[in-house]
Amino acid sequence: MSGVAVRAGLFEQTDAGVTLLGDRCRTCDAHQFPRAGICTLCGAPDPVPVQLAATGTLWAWTWVTAPPPGYDGPVPYGFGVVELPEGLRVITRLVLDPDVAPTVGQPMRAVLDTVGTDPESGHDLVSWAFSPLDASVGL
Amino acid sequence: MTTSEVVVAGVGIHPFGRFGDRTATDLGVVAARAALAEAGVTAREQIGITFCGTAYGGVASGHRVMSALARSGGPIVDVEAGCASGAAALMLAASAIRSGQHETVLVLGLEKMPAGVIRSSFFAPWQEQAGLTPAPAYFALRAQRLMATAQLTTRDLATVVVKNRANGVANPDAMFRTAVTVDEVLASRLICPPLHLFMLCSPNAGAAAVVLRRARPDDAGAGSVRLRAAALRSHLPGDVLGEATPLSGLAVDDIPAASTLAATAAYEEAGLGPDDLDLVECQDTDAARELLAYEELGLCGPGECGRLLRDGTTAPNGALPVNVSGGLLSKGEPLGASALGQVVELVRQLRGEAGARQVDGARVALAHTVGRGANASVTILTR
Repeated sequence: MSGVAVRAGLFEQTDAGVTLLGDRCRTCDAHQFPRAGICTLCGAPDPVPVQLAATGTLWAWTWVTAPPPGYDGPVPYGFGVVELPEGLRVITRLVLDPDVAPTVGQPMRAVLDTVGTDPESGHDLVSWAFSPLDASVGL
Repeated sequence: MTTSEVVVAGVGIHPFGRFGDRTATDLGVVAARAALAEAGVTAREQIGITFCGTAYGGVASGHRVMSALARSGGPIVDVEAGCASGAAALMLAASAIRSGQHETVLVLGLEKMPAGVIRSSFFAPWQEQAGLTPAPAYFALRAQRLMATAQLTTRDLATVVVKNRANGVANPDAMFRTAVTVDEVLASRLICPPLHLFMLCSPNAGAAAVVLRRARPDDAGAGSVRLRAAALRSHLPGDVLGEATPLSGLAVDDIPAASTLAATAAYEEAGLGPDDLDLVECQDTDAARELLAYEELGLCGPGECGRLLRDGTTAPNGALPVNVSGGLLSKGEPLGASALGQVVELVRQLRGEAGARQVDGARVALAHTVGRGANASVTILTR
């Protein structure tokens, strides 16, 4: 999709799909998202930049029914935590079918989601999200 | 009683609610004047230092209150620690006395919040644009996980609201003073499942004040309330739903919460433990938050919070009443004032002055706040 990322360096779209961009610590081996110049778990410098897995499992979910302050995108939208195989839990928007109750533990894949309009370019403003792996929703 | 001990010499409160054009300063003056009068502070020079907890008050909030009250040239310091701002001010005040630097210290907490979901400068603008900052949604995710690990139902969450709102009926300083039923809670608007509107506290306005003083020999009497612990802690890394509000965390479930760190420190500071407590005021920003606090404060074991609610332990006539003031669910939450509001309630309880809310024979009391940052406080008072 064409659009402007809410922030550079958070995610990439490749032929294989959408992946989040994280780090792996050279000392404690923990992963983190987003990237930082230091391991925020153990404090070791210079973690290794990695592409995180494009699929994971749903760990917690809810719906946001009213726009939070500073947000101009559509409501309601799904919101939750997806657990990735790297041992990482990620806060994320969720692209869900409002008529189908999600299940904790169900497989999810990274997708892109329009969260508003970029005031400078007029293009869609795009963030990462996760969507059920077996669903056709998402972009 | 040694001279390094700290007593509560006076407390004051401006009711929590919404008060039109009245400023946070106006509310703070009411609370401070009451606390100073109760403490018998008649000369401004007696106030060694003033700490003022506020998150949204702006520049020199404490100075504005003192300008209307008692300018003495003494130091005035604003303290911001989110939902624990007032407790952070209390901690610094206790330290100022224990260090021997000051004998009498005024602690203020004040706030005037906009209605609705709180906007916080904690987050980067892009996080707001991406829809990643909705506070009730974070509460909801935490509630969902607790419901799974502690086998809770939405009726349990509603029961917390019913308990606290019933308690609030008897509190003239609370914003909501009507009881609600489980059915009414569950019929209120679904904000972020599983949380309904009545399960969420309301940001509002209010102020509270406490005068702390170094203990004197004549404070040994039964009527005197001692501050035994004032602990403030932040977070360890790695908890994705911790109040540090990170964008990711580790897939592990045993990272101690900020509230647990604060409770552990406070119990050690006081030389007391959960079994010694007679009543507790805890952070019920949402209904599940109260239940989570039972576990984080060590009032029960992991997964047991539902039992404490269902068997009546935390009811006003139970073995360990929680939020007899009505909690934030009844009082509303003026961030900088809420922790000191808890202290005002507990001091009145320990003195036997809580009227219809009185917990008979209360001798040991604990106050707890936690919020974004993370900032978690645990305060222990005894008589």
